[in-house]
Amino acid sequence: MNCKRVIVELSSYLDGALDSGATADLERHLSNCSDCRLVVDTTRKTIQIFCNAEPVPLPSDVHDRLHQALLERLKRRIKKA
Amino acid sequence: MLYSAVQAQTPRSVFEAAILLNLSAPNPRPLPSVVVRDDESALVSAAKSGDLGAFEELVNRYERKIFRLAMHITQNREDAEDVMQDAFMKSYQNLDRFQGDSRFYTWLVRIAVNEALMKLRKRRPNQVSLDEPVTDRDNQETLLREIEDWGPSPEQRFAQTELNSILTQVIGELEPIFRVVFLLRDVEGVSTEDTAQILGISIPAVKSRLLRARLKLRQRLNKYFRRSQTQ
Repeated sequence: MNCKRVIVELSSYLDGALDSGATADLERHLSNCSDCRLVVDTTRKTIQIFCNAEPVPLPSDVHDRLHQALLERLKRRIKKA
Repeated sequence: MLYSAVQAQTPRSVFEAAILLNLSAPNPRPLPSVVVRDDESALVSAAKSGDLGAFEELVNRYERKIFRLAMHITQNREDAEDVMQDAFMKSYQNLDRFQGDSRFYTWLVRIAVNEALMKLRKRRPNQVSLDEPVTDRDNQETLLREIEDWGPSPEQRFAQTELNSILTQVIGELEPIFRVVFLLRDVEGVSTEDTAQILGISIPAVKSRLLRARLKLRQRLNKYFRRSQTQ
């Protein structure tokens, strides 16, 4: 496997969707290519950082407006029924 | 338990009729819930049968994540609030159609993404396309130019609010089609097949856009997370 092929297969590799033969080929390439190793490592971290980031608490004014709006809409809906 | 006020206006039982007596009070009495609060499917079943307290619990549980998703897609706080309100309201109105073959949260995400895309198209009708951007000049070679080590846990160098602001900024720099595919697949964990269905694009298109999105984000995060940045 060459560097171009690693990039083509990168997503499948990171998602664990590559078959075992292709995974072994790719990992063999990684063990000899520090650039590809860094690309794979930093792309994996990119995904992890987004996945692990906790959503900030909803600002209280946004929370209040949401619940007030839903309450009003539910009231209208029930009046119509 | 704000929604108990609404529920009490249409008494369907002796219990609810009793609550109606309390409606004019500024803080109506909350409806006691018989649902185990940490069980999503039980909450959904209760909400389906009219327990507004259970629906409110679902809103409380997911409002932060839905707001973040809407903010990431629309890049506008007012639009994100509208999207969140519409998504929760539509989920309530269509609860009967929810079959339970996926998680309620995944179903809610689909609704929110559709609302957010509609909002985006309304705001920028000529700029939001689910097709590959023809002016996109970030070919793979450009995307792979910056190859640097980030160290083991680069995100720990930032406070949570600073990190969130960096992530919001870099994802906002992506074209909508890349950002929505990335959010659905990698952040919300929606399958490739479901992402294709939600966005009305092919499975190969989802895969190709996901790869590009990941590489673009990697490149943009590089300036914040590379080791040489802090050494």
